[in-house]
Amino acid sequence: MSSENSMKNETNHLRKMTTIWVILSLAADLLFWFWVGPHVPPGTMTSTAKSNQFDFTFLVLFALPVLIGVWVYLGYAIVTWSAKRDNVPEPIGGEVARSNRKAQVSWITITSIVVLFLAGFGTVAVINDHGSGGGEGPNPIWNPGGASKAEAAALTSNASWSPNSNQVLPVQVIAQQWKFTYRYPTFGGFESSELILPVGTTVAFNVTSLDVIHSFWAYQLSVKADANPQVNDVAYTDTKQLGNFTVRCSELCGLWHGSMFNYGKVVSQSDFMNWAKTTESANAANTANLPPFAWTYVPDANGAAGGYYPDGTVTPYSTVEVYGSKQPAS
Amino acid sequence: MSMRGRLATVLGLFLVAVGLIVWSVATFLSPGVPGGVIDFTKAQAAGQPVNLTIQSVGSIGTGDHPTWVSYLAKNPTTGKWVHDTTWKLPANTVINVTVLQYDSGSPLRNQEWGQVQGTIGDTATLNGANFSVYNSNTGNGVGHTFAVPALNLSVPMVGVSSSATVCGVAPCGTSFAHNTETFSFKTPGPGNYSWQCFVPCGLGYLFGNGGGMSTQNYMGGFLQVVR
Repeated sequence: MSSENSMKNETNHLRKMTTIWVILSLAADLLFWFWVGPHVPPGTMTSTAKSNQFDFTFLVLFALPVLIGVWVYLGYAIVTWSAKRDNVPEPIGGEVARSNRKAQVSWITITSIVVLFLAGFGTVAVINDHGSGGGEGPNPIWNPGGASKAEAAALTSNASWSPNSNQVLPVQVIAQQWKFTYRYPTFGGFESSELILPVGTTVAFNVTSLDVIHSFWAYQLSVKADANPQVNDVAYTDTKQLGNFTVRCSELCGLWHGSMFNYGKVVSQSDFMNWAKTTESANAANTANLPPFAWTYVPDANGAAGGYYPDGTVTPYSTVEVYGSKQPAS
Repeated sequence: MSMRGRLATVLGLFLVAVGLIVWSVATFLSPGVPGGVIDFTKAQAAGQPVNLTIQSVGSIGTGDHPTWVSYLAKNPTTGKWVHDTTWKLPANTVINVTVLQYDSGSPLRNQEWGQVQGTIGDTATLNGANFSVYNSNTGNGVGHTFAVPALNLSVPMVGVSSSATVCGVAPCGTSFAHNTETFSFKTPGPGNYSWQCFVPCGLGYLFGNGGGMSTQNYMGGFLQVVR
């Protein structure tokens, strides 16, 4: 009889805790989804930003019930089983401290399902969103339609882009101590300190470095790709909204790392076209001095602007493109 | 040892550990020896253009690192060359810059820096002649640049002939081979804006960006723009 009462009490406690947990979790999830969710970084300027905002919100919807479950249990235990209040014996040792197989199995099963589901969710999100704005290396497997064609065309000076064409726009990001510059192979390969992008366009960022390791992080675009010397790290996004964004280096790269940032803009397709054409024309004299467009470059070995200077000797010529230098000796 | 003694020992060691941590963090965060600040705000009437005269040298010739490349600036009050690279400038004011370039040059690692950017008119003068682009693969190449990334300002400093008599100890006099470049830009609102050279001219260091390129008061500094 006593054992039955004990079981009944335990069931009542579980029911009470579950009821409190469900109500609080539901309230917290609804509040987060409708009130906080739309403001979660990185915003909705691009497809990857929007997707990452959704993913973050979705993960929080799962995390909140877990968090609230722990808090409810702790709170309930403190209020209900406080030894000081009702002179209830300390619940340490004895029958109450023994393992509860049902509770253990439930906990392991539920948490395993949650973790496996989230792993699957994350994988699907990465695949569906073409890498979710992360650098995929030189041979991206989750590239959007038309990206391979556009990038192949960029190397042969045959790339083209025009408003409403739905073409992928390749943009090269060149990191160097301590600034990012950008080359537009679609417009004669001019290089600029400004990063301007058209709205409603799939952009293929091809990120590389001329010296040490940097990292290109366009926060509001939700694009982040490491910039490694002689590596082309590709990341994709679709621009969805007009606006300004910030680019920062997110890899500690030396004295002026903190100054290695700039601001970019997503503008209308016609404004972008005007800017690109104007800049291509204005920079033509300097573009002629740039090396032919390539995905990676090696530092000049011809003189004081060269790579490594071991006591005045120079590094050997390279067979690949040499950035900003005399061409390699044949 | 008594309980009180043990407590005192533990407390003492704890305080020593905290002191060491604070000292280590403070040392790590301190910018080293940034040098002084040259004030250009009082040399002319408010709102009038400011004249900033600087020189770039292949080796400073003195101090802890005599072989390091460096910039120097002429103090507007005393007229003396000073080895300080933080310059206080008035906000929203035209700055007329004159650079005496005493170093030799080479092809740029990134020819983007061969283009004059961010100056008034996007031009500069080289020994009196206007230019907006300099092909560093020709002539004496480019020795240094003067660039303020936050302002998108960049001007290439064309090198002198390596066969000329190159100044080895700063400040360099105009009897040594040099190029004179001038350009103007307008300061923005108040703030600290870092400036630097984009030619990896730190000889003897990996990628040329160590030494004077990675130490304040040589090839970089701040424009301290004030009201």
